[in-house]
Amino acid sequence: MANVLVVAEHLDGALRKVTLSAITFAQETAELTGGDVHVVLLGQDVDGIAEELAGYDVAGVLYANDAAYANYLAENYAPAIAAAAEKVDATVVCAPASTTGKDLLPRVAAKLDAGMVSDAISVEDDDGLKFRRPLWAGNVITTVEVATPVKVITVRTTDFDAAEPTGAGASVEAFDPGTGAADGVEFVSFDLVKSERPELTDAEVVVAGGRGLRSGENFDMIMALADTLGGAVGATRAAVDSGYAPNDWQIGQTGKVVAPNLYFAVAISGAIQHLAGMKGSKNIVAINKDPEAPIFQVSDYGLVADAFEAVPELTEKLKDLVD
Amino acid sequence: MKILATVKRVTDPDMKVKIKPDQSGVVTEGVEYKMNSFDEYGVEEAIKLKEEHGGEVVVVSVGPSASTKELRTAMAMGADRGILVETDEDLDSDAVARVLVEVVNREEPDVILMGKQAVDSDRNQTAQLLASYLDWPQATFAYTVEVSDGWATVAREVDGGTATKRIELPGIITADLRLNEPRYASLPGIMKAKRKPLDTLTPDELGVDVASRVNVLKYEAPEERAAGEILEDVDELIDRLKNEANVI
Ligand SMILES: Cc1cc2nc3c(=O)[nH]c(=O)nc-3n(C[C@H](O)[C@H](O)[C@H](O)COP(=O)(O)OP(=O)(O)OC[C@H]3O[C@@H](n4cnc5c(N)ncnc54)[C@H](O)[C@@H]3O)c2cc1C
Ligand SMILES: Nc1ncnc2c1ncn2[C@@H]1O[C@H](COP(=O)(O)O)[C@@H](O)[C@H]1O
Repeated sequence: MANVLVVAEHLDGALRKVTLSAITFAQETAELTGGDVHVVLLGQDVDGIAEELAGYDVAGVLYANDAAYANYLAENYAPAIAAAAEKVDATVVCAPASTTGKDLLPRVAAKLDAGMVSDAISVEDDDGLKFRRPLWAGNVITTVEVATPVKVITVRTTDFDAAEPTGAGASVEAFDPGTGAADGVEFVSFDLVKSERPELTDAEVVVAGGRGLRSGENFDMIMALADTLGGAVGATRAAVDSGYAPNDWQIGQTGKVVAPNLYFAVAISGAIQHLAGMKGSKNIVAINKDPEAPIFQVSDYGLVADAFEAVPELTEKLKDLVD
Repeated sequence: MKILATVKRVTDPDMKVKIKPDQSGVVTEGVEYKMNSFDEYGVEEAIKLKEEHGGEVVVVSVGPSASTKELRTAMAMGADRGILVETDEDLDSDAVARVLVEVVNREEPDVILMGKQAVDSDRNQTAQLLASYLDWPQATFAYTVEVSDGWATVAREVDGGTATKRIELPGIITADLRLNEPRYASLPGIMKAKRKPLDTLTPDELGVDVASRVNVLKYEAPEERAAGEILEDVDELIDRLKNEANVI
């Protein structure tokens, strides 16, 4: 059977929403291959998340609780995922193109002798499965096929809606991959950046700032605008490089890809590498003092203005509106 | 300590690539090339490790003969010698990883520094594939690296924050943005690099079949986004967002 296996991701005890987009990709793929969707989940005390996953339209959820999976390590996870893929007869194994998915799936592909596609944005059947993926900072889209029997895919989650729970009640099975913990690798720490704001990749509104803000302190006004709208905060690589914003906020070719309903680009020039991470946003607002800034070529609404005046004004007026 | 660093020749990221009319690839005439930027971080880190622990830095590239330019750049930064595995084919990451396995078997490095991602093909796979084929541990997306007693402690940029892991060497590390500031090649460095050894091999000589597992059928341009309007002021922006886009 040509089944599809989704690698579920969790963070801080909760299922990551990016997994739900990978489930949608898997459902579309299984529709084409005529197989079923299975989900695999590794961790410690993940029974609750396994039950939650069973509420989506999938055939089964396999989970393994083990000290070796308590903290994510590619060396321990990859053989277990490969074992799960064999157990459910998967011909497609997929995961979100998150940092974990990117770190893990090539190792899984090597174990399964599978070809791997990074950042799939679509799947179709045209005399075999074909996937489309962006490259060259989104300047090029290729259509590719994978020559091996098993295909491993990371999914660009902004291109697939999050699956909705159906309450269907898929089978939930604990399994022992029998692959254990690898030698020569140790987890040291994970420092979660705690935030009241939504995750960048899930947020309906993203307010991003660029180098034009000139300091980390000036990002306060970006945060204030984001908080007024319940949004997440992002940044350009130049802002991250300059130390104005943490790396985790970087949007673009070599950072995160976001596609919110509303994106504010504040003091951002609009380099192609930045656009690669946000041009799928539904509504783009650009605030830049330079009327020639390339960001205006992709924005729906542009304000040629000094961010230090326009952003606080916008935040105040929106506050009045929201209250 | 023997350190291997990989270097890919990629199109200059400041140039816009054009697609051939028959969709069979991108136009290569008139295109400028340079070292993949994440590989600059990898080479810099390799040289720093050598400065701290002694040893040798070997740089390796898989690609056309013109890639000797990027290898010379790495040697001008301070790498000791270079290896070019010459091929004119556009290899997938898996084929590159299988070629590198053979280079590693010959060179037996203690640690391999690579980039997290080649900014032309944007795949982010090669290091992890290589680590798996060698059955070595990996530490991707590194922003700090410390080596002592045969282990590397690596702090990594990950979704949600940062993660630190320790890997026993030999192992593979991929460079992320904040790892270091790559040094410029000095003039004496450039002169010296010209005389440093550079070996050329072929996949055939290494006994690697470079057939792709992932085949590209078509290259296309993405849909363009239409430019919108420049508005008068904040009030108009709020009005449009509220009454036209219906997003607030
Ligand atoms: C291989 C590679 C990968 C890259 N990956 C990424 C990536 O993933 N993400 C990313 O973002 N970049 C990436 N970059 C960097 C990218 O090329 C640009 O350098 C970067 O996006 C520029 O950031 P910026 O717009 O903040 O800064 P700048 O280009 O310096 O623009 C600052 C803007 O602020 C405006 N400004 C200044 N003051 C004010 C003010 N008071 N009010 C309003 N506007 C003001 C200016 O007019 C200007 O347009 C990458 C580059 C390379 C080579
Ligand atoms: N042809 C190549 N020659 C040398 N190194 C390569 C090559 N392809 C990929 N790499 C290395 O692998 C890293 C990741 O590439 P990729 O997996 O293709 O995104 C790059 O930053 C390089 O360090």
